[in-house]
Amino acid sequence: MKEENVIISKGLTKRFGGFTAVDAITFEVKKGEIFGFLGANGAGKTTAMKMLIGISNPTGGEAMVAGFDVHTQQDAIKKNIGYMSQKFALYDDLTVAENITFYGGIYGLSRKQIREKRTKLIETLGLGEIAHQLVGSLPLGWKQKLAFSVAMLHDPQIVFLDEPTGGVDPITRRQFWEMIYKAADKGTTIFVTTHYMDEAEYCHRVSIMVAGKIEALDTPKKLKEQFEVSSMNDVFLRLARNIE
Amino acid sequence: MGILVENISKSYKNVAAVKDISFEVKPGELYGLIGPDGAGKTTLFRILTTLLVADKGQAKVAGYDVVQDYKNIRHSVGYMPGRFSLYQDLTIEENLNFFATIFGTSIEENYDLIKDVYEQIEPFKNRRAGKLSGGMKQKLALSCALIHKPKVLFLDEPTTGVDPVSRKEFWEMLKRLQQKDITILVSTPYMDEAALCDRIALIQEGKILEIDSPEAIVKKIPKKIYDIYASNMYGLLTALKDFEHAHSVFPFGEFVHYTDKREGFDSNELKIYLENKNLQDVSISLTEPDIEDVFMELSRK
Repeated sequence: MKEENVIISKGLTKRFGGFTAVDAITFEVKKGEIFGFLGANGAGKTTAMKMLIGISNPTGGEAMVAGFDVHTQQDAIKKNIGYMSQKFALYDDLTVAENITFYGGIYGLSRKQIREKRTKLIETLGLGEIAHQLVGSLPLGWKQKLAFSVAMLHDPQIVFLDEPTGGVDPITRRQFWEMIYKAADKGTTIFVTTHYMDEAEYCHRVSIMVAGKIEALDTPKKLKEQFEVSSMNDVFLRLARNIE
Repeated sequence: MGILVENISKSYKNVAAVKDISFEVKPGELYGLIGPDGAGKTTLFRILTTLLVADKGQAKVAGYDVVQDYKNIRHSVGYMPGRFSLYQDLTIEENLNFFATIFGTSIEENYDLIKDVYEQIEPFKNRRAGKLSGGMKQKLALSCALIHKPKVLFLDEPTTGVDPVSRKEFWEMLKRLQQKDITILVSTPYMDEAALCDRIALIQEGKILEIDSPEAIVKKIPKKIYDIYASNMYGLLTALKDFEHAHSVFPFGEFVHYTDKREGFDSNELKIYLENKNLQDVSISLTEPDIEDVFMELSRK
Protein backbone atom coordinates (compact mmCIF):
# COMPACT_ATOMS: atom_id res chain seq x y z
CA MET A 1 0.00 0.00 0.00
CA LYS A 2 1.32 3.40 -0.94
CA GLU A 3 1.78 5.74 1.98
CA GLU A 4 -0.18 8.82 1.23
CA ASN A 5 0.38 12.12 3.05
CA VAL A 6 -2.84 13.91 3.95
CA ILE A 7 -1.18 16.84 5.69
CA ILE A 8 1.95 18.41 4.26
CA SER A 9 3.27 21.51 5.98
CA LYS A 10 6.35 23.36 4.68
CA GLY A 11 7.66 26.26 6.71
CA LEU A 12 4.16 27.21 7.84
CA THR A 13 4.39 30.48 9.78
CA LYS A 14 2.11 32.89 11.60
CA ARG A 15 3.26 36.27 12.85
CA PHE A 16 1.21 38.67 14.93
CA GLY A 17 3.03 41.99 14.55
CA GLY A 18 6.52 41.42 15.86
CA PHE A 19 5.62 38.13 17.56
CA THR A 20 6.07 34.83 15.74
CA ALA A 21 3.50 32.42 17.15
CA VAL A 22 4.23 29.62 14.68
CA ASP A 23 7.78 29.63 13.35
CA ALA A 24 8.24 27.75 10.06
CA ILE A 25 6.91 24.32 10.97
CA THR A 26 7.53 21.48 8.53
CA PHE A 27 5.98 18.03 8.85
CA GLU A 28 3.82 15.43 7.13
CA VAL A 29 0.97 13.27 8.40
CA LYS A 30 0.10 9.99 6.69
CA LYS A 31 -3.33 8.62 5.89
CA GLY A 32 -4.71 6.61 8.81
CA GLU A 33 -2.07 7.90 11.19
CA ILE A 34 -2.76 9.03 14.77
CA PHE A 35 -0.60 12.12 15.03
CA GLY A 36 -0.08 13.70 18.46
CA PHE A 37 0.51 17.44 18.39
CA LEU A 38 2.00 18.38 21.74
CA GLY A 39 3.43 21.49 23.33
CA ALA A 40 3.29 23.65 26.43
CA ASN A 41 0.56 26.29 26.85
CA GLY A 42 1.46 29.18 24.56
CA ALA A 43 3.82 27.12 22.37
CA GLY A 44 1.69 27.85 19.30
CA LYS A 45 -0.35 24.63 18.94
CA THR A 46 -3.75 26.30 18.68
CA THR A 47 -2.51 28.90 16.19
CA ALA A 48 -0.97 26.17 14.04
CA MET A 49 -4.13 24.09 14.19
CA LYS A 50 -6.28 27.08 13.20
CA MET A 51 -4.23 27.50 10.04
CA LEU A 52 -4.49 23.81 9.20
CA ILE A 53 -8.28 23.75 9.55
CA GLY A 54 -8.66 26.81 7.36
CA ILE A 55 -9.82 29.44 9.83
CA SER A 56 -6.63 31.49 10.09
CA ASN A 57 -4.44 32.79 7.26
CA PRO A 58 -0.76 31.87 7.42
CA THR A 59 1.70 34.76 7.08
CA GLY A 60 4.34 32.51 5.54
CA GLY A 61 5.09 29.03 4.27
CA GLU A 62 2.65 26.58 2.77
CA ALA A 63 0.53 23.60 3.69
CA MET A 64 -1.77 21.13 1.98
CA VAL A 65 -4.55 19.58 4.06
CA ALA A 66 -6.62 16.74 2.58
CA GLY A 67 -5.22 17.77 -0.79
CA PHE A 68 -6.18 21.44 -0.51
CA ASP A 69 -4.11 24.58 -0.08
CA VAL A 70 -4.44 26.45 3.25
CA HIS A 71 -3.91 29.77 1.44
CA THR A 72 -6.48 29.47 -1.32
CA GLN A 73 -8.83 26.53 -0.65
CA GLN A 74 -9.95 27.00 2.92
CA ASP A 75 -13.59 26.17 2.18
CA ALA A 76 -12.65 22.87 0.53
CA ILE A 77 -10.53 22.02 3.59
CA LYS A 78 -13.45 22.60 5.94
CA LYS A 79 -15.62 20.19 3.94
CA ASN A 80 -13.03 17.46 4.11
CA ILE A 81 -12.07 17.56 7.76
CA GLY A 82 -13.81 17.15 11.10
CA TYR A 83 -13.01 19.26 14.16
CA MET A 84 -13.78 18.83 17.81
CA SER A 85 -12.59 20.85 20.80
CA GLN A 86 -12.94 20.40 24.51
CA LYS A 87 -14.49 23.81 25.02
CA PHE A 88 -17.17 23.76 22.38
CA ALA A 89 -18.49 20.78 20.56
CA LEU A 90 -22.27 20.38 20.75
CA TYR A 91 -25.31 22.49 21.57
CA ASP A 92 -26.36 21.84 25.17
CA ASP A 93 -29.96 22.90 24.59
CA LEU A 94 -30.56 20.61 21.64
CA THR A 95 -31.22 16.90 22.10
CA VAL A 96 -28.80 14.19 21.00
CA ALA A 97 -30.84 13.55 17.83
CA GLU A 98 -31.23 17.27 17.09
CA ASN A 99 -27.48 17.86 17.37
CA ILE A 100 -26.81 15.09 14.86
CA THR A 101 -29.43 16.45 12.47
CA PHE A 102 -28.10 19.99 12.83
CA TYR A 103 -24.48 19.07 12.12
CA GLY A 104 -25.50 16.75 9.30
CA GLY A 105 -27.19 19.78 7.72
CA ILE A 106 -24.12 21.97 8.27
CA TYR A 107 -21.93 19.34 6.60
CA GLY A 108 -24.32 19.32 3.62
CA LEU A 109 -25.63 15.77 3.96
CA SER A 110 -28.98 14.90 2.37
CA ARG A 111 -32.03 14.23 4.56
CA LYS A 112 -31.78 10.55 3.76
CA GLN A 113 -28.10 10.44 4.67
CA ILE A 114 -28.76 12.30 7.91
CA ARG A 115 -31.54 9.90 8.85
CA GLU A 116 -29.34 6.88 8.18
CA LYS A 117 -26.34 8.32 10.02
CA ARG A 118 -28.48 9.33 12.98
CA THR A 119 -30.01 5.89 13.40
CA LYS A 120 -26.65 4.16 13.04
CA LEU A 121 -24.78 6.50 15.37
CA ILE A 122 -27.40 6.34 18.13
CA GLU A 123 -27.32 2.58 17.89
CA THR A 124 -23.50 2.25 17.88
CA LEU A 125 -23.09 4.55 20.86
CA GLY A 126 -25.97 2.86 22.70
CA LEU A 127 -27.80 6.18 23.06
CA GLY A 128 -31.26 4.83 22.15
CA GLU A 129 -32.86 5.64 25.48
CA ILE A 130 -31.51 9.15 25.69
CA ALA A 131 -31.71 10.19 22.04
CA HIS A 132 -34.34 12.77 22.95
CA GLN A 133 -32.64 14.15 26.04
CA LEU A 134 -30.86 17.50 25.97
CA VAL A 135 -27.13 17.15 25.44
CA GLY A 136 -26.56 19.49 28.40
CA SER A 137 -27.88 16.82 30.76
CA LEU A 138 -25.37 14.17 29.67
CA PRO A 139 -22.15 13.39 31.56
CA LEU A 140 -19.05 14.99 30.02
CA GLY A 141 -17.69 11.64 28.81
CA TRP A 142 -20.83 10.93 26.82
CA LYS A 143 -20.81 14.39 25.33
CA GLN A 144 -17.25 13.96 24.16
CA LYS A 145 -17.91 10.56 22.59
CA LEU A 146 -20.95 11.96 20.82
CA ALA A 147 -19.02 15.05 19.72
CA PHE A 148 -16.31 12.88 18.20
CA SER A 149 -18.87 10.88 16.24
CA VAL A 150 -20.58 14.07 15.10
CA ALA A 151 -17.22 15.45 13.90
CA MET A 152 -17.02 12.36 11.66
CA LEU A 153 -20.61 12.46 10.33
CA HIS A 154 -19.48 13.52 6.85
CA ASP A 155 -16.73 10.86 6.65
CA PRO A 156 -13.89 13.37 6.65
CA GLN A 157 -10.36 12.34 5.65
CA ILE A 158 -8.88 13.97 8.75
CA VAL A 159 -10.29 14.70 12.21
CA PHE A 160 -8.69 17.40 14.36
CA LEU A 161 -9.18 16.90 18.10
CA ASP A 162 -8.19 19.73 20.42
CA GLU A 163 -7.78 18.35 23.96
CA PRO A 164 -10.76 16.01 23.57
CA THR A 165 -10.38 14.23 26.91
CA GLY A 166 -9.68 17.02 29.43
CA GLY A 167 -11.48 16.31 32.73
CA VAL A 168 -12.98 13.03 31.48
CA ASP A 169 -12.88 10.04 33.85
CA PRO A 170 -10.17 7.43 33.19
CA ILE A 171 -12.48 4.72 31.88
CA THR A 172 -14.33 6.99 29.46
CA ARG A 173 -11.00 8.51 28.40
CA ARG A 174 -9.89 5.04 27.31
CA GLN A 175 -13.18 4.28 25.59
CA PHE A 176 -12.66 7.52 23.70
CA TRP A 177 -9.22 6.38 22.57
CA GLU A 178 -10.65 3.08 21.43
CA MET A 179 -12.96 5.07 19.17
CA ILE A 180 -9.91 6.91 17.85
CA TYR A 181 -8.08 3.63 17.14
CA LYS A 182 -11.12 2.27 15.38
CA ALA A 183 -11.44 5.35 13.17
CA ALA A 184 -7.72 5.26 12.33
CA ASP A 185 -7.96 1.56 11.57
CA LYS A 186 -10.58 2.42 8.93
CA GLY A 187 -8.24 4.96 7.33
CA THR A 188 -9.32 8.22 8.99
CA THR A 189 -6.36 10.39 9.95
CA ILE A 190 -6.38 11.69 13.53
CA PHE A 191 -4.61 14.91 14.52
CA VAL A 192 -4.85 15.30 18.28
CA THR A 193 -3.59 17.58 21.05
CA THR A 194 -3.54 16.51 24.69
CA HIS A 195 -2.00 17.31 28.06
CA TYR A 196 -2.18 13.68 29.16
CA MET A 197 1.24 12.26 28.44
CA ASP A 198 0.03 8.66 28.57
CA GLU A 199 -2.18 9.57 25.62
CA ALA A 200 0.89 10.75 23.75
CA GLU A 201 2.07 7.14 23.93
CA TYR A 202 -1.08 6.04 22.10
CA CYS A 203 -0.13 8.07 19.04
CA HIS A 204 1.75 6.60 16.09
CA ARG A 205 3.95 9.67 15.92
CA VAL A 206 4.21 12.73 18.10
CA SER A 207 5.50 16.25 17.49
CA ILE A 208 6.44 18.58 20.33
CA MET A 209 6.27 22.33 19.82
CA VAL A 210 8.38 24.70 21.89
CA ALA A 211 8.13 28.46 21.39
CA GLY A 212 6.57 28.22 17.92
CA LYS A 213 8.93 25.57 16.52
CA ILE A 214 8.64 21.80 16.23
CA GLU A 215 11.55 20.65 18.36
CA ALA A 216 10.97 16.91 18.15
CA LEU A 217 9.00 14.59 15.87
CA ASP A 218 9.06 10.81 15.90
CA THR A 219 7.36 7.71 17.26
CA PRO A 220 6.97 7.75 21.06
CA LYS A 221 9.40 4.82 21.24
CA LYS A 222 12.14 6.59 19.29
CA LEU A 223 11.63 9.86 21.17
CA LYS A 224 12.13 8.03 24.46
CA GLU A 225 15.30 6.42 23.08
CA GLN A 226 16.56 9.73 21.74
CA PHE A 227 16.18 11.48 25.09
CA GLU A 228 17.13 8.37 27.09
CA VAL A 229 14.04 8.48 29.29
CA SER A 230 11.31 5.97 30.10
CA SER A 231 8.13 8.00 29.48
CA MET A 232 6.74 10.67 27.17
CA ASN A 233 6.23 12.83 30.24
CA ASP A 234 10.00 12.93 30.71
CA VAL A 235 10.57 13.65 27.02
CA PHE A 236 8.19 16.59 27.35
CA LEU A 237 9.84 17.91 30.51
CA ARG A 238 13.31 17.63 28.94
CA LEU A 239 12.34 19.61 25.87
CA ALA A 240 10.36 22.31 27.57
CA ARG A 241 12.88 22.74 30.38
CA ASN A 242 15.92 22.91 28.12
CA ILE A 243 14.60 25.90 26.30
CA GLU A 244 14.48 28.04 29.43
CA MET B 1 -7.33 23.26 62.53
CA GLY B 2 -7.81 21.15 59.45
CA ILE B 3 -11.06 20.16 57.81
CA LEU B 4 -13.75 17.84 59.13
CA VAL B 5 -16.56 16.69 56.83
CA GLU B 6 -19.38 14.57 58.28
CA ASN B 7 -22.12 13.01 56.15
CA ILE B 8 -22.47 15.92 53.77
CA SER B 9 -25.12 15.63 51.04
CA LYS B 10 -26.22 18.17 48.44
CA SER B 11 -28.69 17.92 45.58
CA TYR B 12 -29.60 20.34 42.81
CA LYS B 13 -33.26 19.78 41.94
CA ASN B 14 -33.29 16.04 41.27
CA VAL B 15 -29.55 15.59 40.73
CA ALA B 16 -27.59 14.40 43.78
CA ALA B 17 -24.18 16.07 43.46
CA VAL B 18 -22.69 14.95 46.79
CA LYS B 19 -23.94 11.83 48.55
CA ASP B 20 -23.21 11.37 52.26
CA ILE B 21 -19.52 12.23 52.13
CA SER B 22 -17.25 12.15 55.20
CA PHE B 23 -13.51 12.72 55.51
CA GLU B 24 -10.95 14.51 57.62
CA VAL B 25 -7.97 16.61 56.59
CA LYS B 26 -5.33 16.89 59.29
CA PRO B 27 -3.68 20.22 60.04
CA GLY B 28 -0.79 20.86 57.68
CA GLU B 29 -1.81 18.07 55.34
CA LEU B 30 -1.74 18.28 51.53
CA TYR B 31 -4.95 16.42 50.68
CA GLY B 32 -6.16 15.58 47.20
CA LEU B 33 -9.71 15.11 45.95
CA ILE B 34 -9.20 13.05 42.85
CA GLY B 35 -12.01 12.52 40.37
CA PRO B 36 -13.38 13.42 36.95
CA ASP B 37 -15.76 16.23 35.95
CA GLY B 38 -19.13 15.82 37.62
CA ALA B 39 -17.77 13.91 40.63
CA GLY B 40 -18.99 16.59 43.06
CA LYS B 41 -15.63 18.21 43.82
CA THR B 42 -16.69 21.79 43.17
CA THR B 43 -19.92 21.40 45.17
CA LEU B 44 -17.89 20.18 48.11
CA PHE B 45 -15.49 23.13 47.82
CA ARG B 46 -18.37 25.58 47.73
CA ILE B 47 -19.89 24.05 50.85
CA LEU B 48 -16.57 24.17 52.73
CA THR B 49 -15.89 27.77 51.71
CA THR B 50 -19.42 28.74 52.94
CA LEU B 51 -20.70 29.70 49.49
CA LEU B 52 -23.29 26.93 49.48
CA VAL B 53 -25.29 25.30 52.28
CA ALA B 54 -25.43 21.51 52.39
CA ASP B 55 -28.79 19.70 52.55
CA LYS B 56 -27.52 17.33 55.21
CA GLY B 57 -24.50 16.77 57.40
CA GLN B 58 -21.99 19.12 58.95
CA ALA B 59 -18.50 20.38 58.34
CA LYS B 60 -15.81 22.29 60.16
CA VAL B 61 -12.97 24.25 58.64
CA ALA B 62 -10.10 25.56 60.77
CA GLY B 63 -12.23 24.73 63.81
CA TYR B 64 -15.29 26.71 62.67
CA ASP B 65 -18.68 25.35 61.66
CA VAL B 66 -19.43 26.11 58.01
CA VAL B 67 -22.94 27.34 58.78
CA GLN B 68 -22.79 28.99 62.22
CA ASP B 69 -19.29 30.48 61.98
CA TYR B 70 -19.23 31.25 58.30
CA LYS B 71 -17.79 34.73 58.83
CA ASN B 72 -14.78 33.38 60.70
CA ILE B 73 -14.18 30.84 57.96
CA ARG B 74 -14.14 33.52 55.29
CA HIS B 75 -11.29 35.24 57.17
CA SER B 76 -9.38 32.01 57.69
CA VAL B 77 -9.44 30.35 54.28
CA GLY B 78 -8.13 31.05 50.80
CA TYR B 79 -10.12 29.80 47.82
CA MET B 80 -8.98 29.49 44.26
CA PRO B 81 -12.02 28.51 42.18
CA GLY B 82 -11.73 26.41 39.04
CA ARG B 83 -12.84 29.25 36.84
CA PHE B 84 -10.67 32.39 36.79
CA SER B 85 -12.62 34.84 38.96
CA LEU B 86 -10.42 37.90 39.34
CA TYR B 87 -11.07 41.33 37.86
CA GLN B 88 -10.05 41.19 34.21
CA ASP B 89 -9.92 45.00 33.93
CA LEU B 90 -7.60 45.45 36.89
CA THR B 91 -3.85 44.92 36.63
CA ILE B 92 -1.99 42.18 38.47
CA GLU B 93 -0.96 44.59 41.20
CA GLU B 94 -4.43 46.18 41.50
CA ASN B 95 -6.08 42.76 41.87
CA LEU B 96 -3.66 41.77 44.60
CA ASN B 97 -4.02 45.12 46.38
CA PHE B 98 -7.78 44.83 46.19
CA PHE B 99 -7.84 41.43 47.90
CA ALA B 100 -5.28 42.53 50.49
CA THR B 101 -7.38 45.59 51.37
CA ILE B 102 -10.61 43.59 51.66
CA PHE B 103 -8.94 41.39 54.24
CA GLY B 104 -7.48 44.39 56.07
CA THR B 105 -3.89 43.68 55.18
CA SER B 106 -1.32 44.79 52.61
CA ILE B 107 0.94 43.18 50.03
CA GLU B 108 4.00 44.18 52.07
CA GLU B 109 2.71 42.59 55.27
CA ASN B 110 2.39 39.10 53.81
CA TYR B 111 4.88 39.40 50.98
CA ASP B 112 6.94 36.63 52.49
CA LEU B 113 4.13 34.11 51.95
CA ILE B 114 3.39 34.96 48.34
CA LYS B 115 6.95 35.83 47.30
CA ASP B 116 7.69 32.44 45.73
CA VAL B 117 4.63 32.62 43.47
CA TYR B 118 4.31 36.37 42.97
CA GLU B 119 7.94 36.94 41.95
CA GLN B 120 7.26 35.04 38.73
CA ILE B 121 4.56 37.47 37.62
CA GLU B 122 5.80 40.66 39.31
CA PRO B 123 7.65 41.87 36.17
CA PHE B 124 4.20 42.14 34.54
CA LYS B 125 2.42 43.74 37.50
CA ASN B 126 1.01 46.58 35.38
CA ARG B 127 -0.61 44.22 32.89
CA ARG B 128 -4.38 43.70 33.07
CA ALA B 129 -5.45 40.31 34.36
CA GLY B 130 -7.58 39.72 31.26
CA LYS B 131 -4.45 39.87 29.09
CA LEU B 132 -2.49 37.21 30.97
CA SER B 133 -1.65 33.71 29.79
CA GLY B 134 -3.26 30.72 31.54
CA GLY B 135 -0.19 30.00 33.62
CA MET B 136 0.14 33.61 34.78
CA LYS B 137 -3.55 33.84 35.68
CA GLN B 138 -3.14 30.73 37.76
CA LYS B 139 -0.21 32.26 39.66
CA LEU B 140 -2.07 35.52 40.23
CA ALA B 141 -5.14 33.66 41.50
CA LEU B 142 -2.96 31.72 43.92
CA SER B 143 -1.29 34.94 45.13
CA CYS B 144 -4.70 36.52 45.76
CA ALA B 145 -5.90 33.42 47.63
CA LEU B 146 -2.83 33.62 49.89
CA ILE B 147 -2.56 37.34 50.55
CA HIS B 148 -4.42 37.27 53.89
CA LYS B 149 -2.34 34.37 55.21
CA PRO B 150 -5.09 31.74 55.34
CA LYS B 151 -4.93 28.72 57.60
CA VAL B 152 -6.61 26.51 55.04
CA LEU B 153 -6.22 26.78 51.29
CA PHE B 154 -8.82 25.41 48.83
CA LEU B 155 -7.67 24.88 45.26
CA ASP B 156 -10.32 23.67 42.83
CA GLU B 157 -8.69 22.09 39.78
CA PRO B 158 -5.79 24.56 39.67
CA THR B 159 -4.00 22.59 36.94
CA THR B 160 -6.81 21.64 34.55
CA GLY B 161 -5.80 22.40 30.97
CA VAL B 162 -2.26 23.26 32.08
CA ASP B 163 0.69 21.60 30.32
CA PRO B 164 2.87 19.04 32.18
CA VAL B 165 5.77 21.43 32.76
CA SER B 166 3.66 24.15 34.37
CA ARG B 167 1.76 21.52 36.34
CA LYS B 168 4.99 20.21 37.80
CA GLU B 169 6.08 23.72 38.79
CA PHE B 170 2.72 24.40 40.38
CA TRP B 171 2.98 21.30 42.55
CA GLU B 172 6.49 22.25 43.61
CA MET B 173 5.03 25.58 44.79
CA LEU B 174 2.30 23.77 46.75
CA LYS B 175 4.88 21.60 48.49
CA ARG B 176 6.74 24.73 49.61
CA LEU B 177 3.52 26.37 50.85
CA GLN B 178 2.77 23.30 52.89
CA GLN B 179 6.01 23.93 54.81
CA LYS B 180 4.51 27.22 55.99
CA ASP B 181 1.80 25.51 58.06
CA ILE B 182 -1.02 25.85 55.59
CA THR B 183 -3.52 23.00 55.25
CA ILE B 184 -4.24 22.43 51.58
CA LEU B 185 -7.24 20.73 49.96
CA VAL B 186 -6.70 20.43 46.22
CA SER B 187 -8.83 18.78 43.55
CA THR B 188 -7.61 17.44 40.23
CA PRO B 189 -8.74 15.18 37.40
CA TYR B 190 -5.08 14.21 36.70
CA MET B 191 -4.38 10.96 38.49
CA ASP B 192 -0.60 11.36 38.22
CA GLU B 193 -0.84 14.37 40.54
CA ALA B 194 -2.43 12.22 43.23
CA ALA B 195 0.97 10.70 43.98
CA LEU B 196 2.17 14.12 45.17
CA CYS B 197 -0.43 14.41 47.98
CA ASP B 198 -0.06 13.16 51.56
CA ARG B 199 -3.45 11.52 51.35
CA ILE B 200 -6.10 11.30 48.67
CA ALA B 201 -9.82 10.66 48.40
CA LEU B 202 -10.93 9.09 45.11
CA ILE B 203 -14.33 10.53 44.26
CA GLN B 204 -16.86 9.73 41.56
CA GLU B 205 -20.54 10.54 41.08
CA GLY B 206 -20.79 12.22 44.47
CA LYS B 207 -19.35 9.33 46.43
CA ILE B 208 -15.94 8.60 47.89
CA LEU B 209 -14.52 5.36 46.53
CA GLU B 210 -11.47 5.14 48.78
CA ILE B 211 -9.30 7.23 51.11
CA ASP B 212 -5.64 6.60 51.91
CA SER B 213 -2.08 7.63 51.16
CA PRO B 214 -1.11 7.25 47.48
CA GLU B 215 1.35 4.48 48.41
CA ALA B 216 -1.26 2.53 50.38
CA ILE B 217 -4.10 3.00 47.92
CA VAL B 218 -2.36 1.20 45.07
CA LYS B 219 -1.89 -1.86 47.30
CA LYS B 220 -5.65 -2.23 47.65
CA ILE B 221 -6.13 -3.61 44.18
CA PRO B 222 -6.87 -7.33 44.54
CA LYS B 223 -5.87 -8.32 41.00
CA LYS B 224 -2.45 -8.75 39.47
CA ILE B 225 -1.92 -6.37 36.58
CA TYR B 226 -0.05 -7.31 33.42
CA ASP B 227 1.54 -5.02 30.84
CA ILE B 228 0.78 -6.42 27.43
CA TYR B 229 2.39 -5.17 24.25
CA ALA B 230 1.85 -5.88 20.58
CA SER B 231 2.76 -3.87 17.52
CA ASN B 232 -0.90 -3.28 16.59
CA MET B 233 -2.62 -1.59 19.53
CA TYR B 234 -6.17 -1.69 18.19
CA GLY B 235 -5.85 -5.34 17.19
CA LEU B 236 -4.48 -6.13 20.65
CA LEU B 237 -7.34 -4.37 22.44
CA THR B 238 -9.97 -6.13 20.36
CA ALA B 239 -8.34 -9.53 20.82
CA LEU B 240 -7.99 -9.11 24.59
CA LYS B 241 -11.61 -8.02 24.98
CA ASP B 242 -12.68 -11.16 23.14
CA PHE B 243 -10.57 -13.36 25.43
CA GLU B 244 -13.00 -15.29 27.64
CA HIS B 245 -10.96 -14.94 30.85
CA ALA B 246 -10.38 -11.17 30.61
CA HIS B 247 -11.45 -9.23 33.71
CA SER B 248 -10.34 -5.77 32.57
CA VAL B 249 -8.58 -4.44 29.47
CA PHE B 250 -7.39 -0.83 29.43
CA PRO B 251 -4.87 0.97 27.23
CA PHE B 252 -2.04 2.41 29.34
CA GLY B 253 0.53 4.36 27.38
CA GLU B 254 2.30 2.00 25.00
CA PHE B 255 0.91 -1.06 26.84
CA VAL B 256 -2.46 -2.53 27.67
CA HIS B 257 -3.13 -3.17 31.35
CA TYR B 258 -4.78 -6.55 31.65
CA THR B 259 -6.30 -8.44 34.59
CA ASP B 260 -7.53 -12.01 34.42
CA LYS B 261 -10.68 -13.43 36.03
CA ARG B 262 -8.93 -16.56 37.26
CA GLU B 263 -6.65 -17.08 40.25
CA GLY B 264 -4.03 -19.05 38.37
CA PHE B 265 -3.10 -17.19 35.22
CA ASP B 266 -0.74 -18.60 32.63
CA SER B 267 0.76 -15.83 30.52
CA ASN B 268 1.96 -18.37 27.93
CA GLU B 269 -1.59 -19.40 27.18
CA LEU B 270 -2.57 -15.78 26.54
CA LYS B 271 0.54 -15.20 24.44
CA ILE B 272 -0.32 -18.14 22.20
CA TYR B 273 -3.91 -16.90 21.93
CA LEU B 274 -2.71 -13.44 20.86
CA GLU B 275 -0.19 -14.80 18.38
CA ASN B 276 -2.92 -16.94 16.83
CA LYS B 277 -4.80 -13.68 16.27
CA ASN B 278 -1.88 -12.58 14.06
CA LEU B 279 -0.50 -10.08 16.59
CA GLN B 280 3.22 -9.45 16.43
CA ASP B 281 5.97 -8.66 18.99
CA VAL B 282 3.69 -9.83 21.79
CA SER B 283 5.09 -9.43 25.30
CA ILE B 284 3.41 -9.98 28.68
CA SER B 285 4.90 -8.94 32.01
CA LEU B 286 3.67 -8.34 35.53
CA THR B 287 3.52 -4.64 36.48
CA GLU B 288 2.82 -2.41 39.49
CA PRO B 289 -0.65 -0.83 39.60
CA ASP B 290 -0.92 2.94 39.67
CA ILE B 291 -3.67 5.16 41.02
CA GLU B 292 -5.56 5.17 37.74
CA ASP B 293 -5.76 1.36 37.86
CA VAL B 294 -7.25 1.59 41.36
CA PHE B 295 -9.71 4.27 40.31
CA MET B 296 -10.91 2.24 37.34
CA GLU B 297 -11.19 -0.98 39.32
CA LEU B 298 -13.21 0.73 42.07
CA SER B 299 -15.46 2.67 39.73
CA ARG B 300 -16.41 -0.44 37.73
CA LYS B 301 -18.43 -1.79 40.62
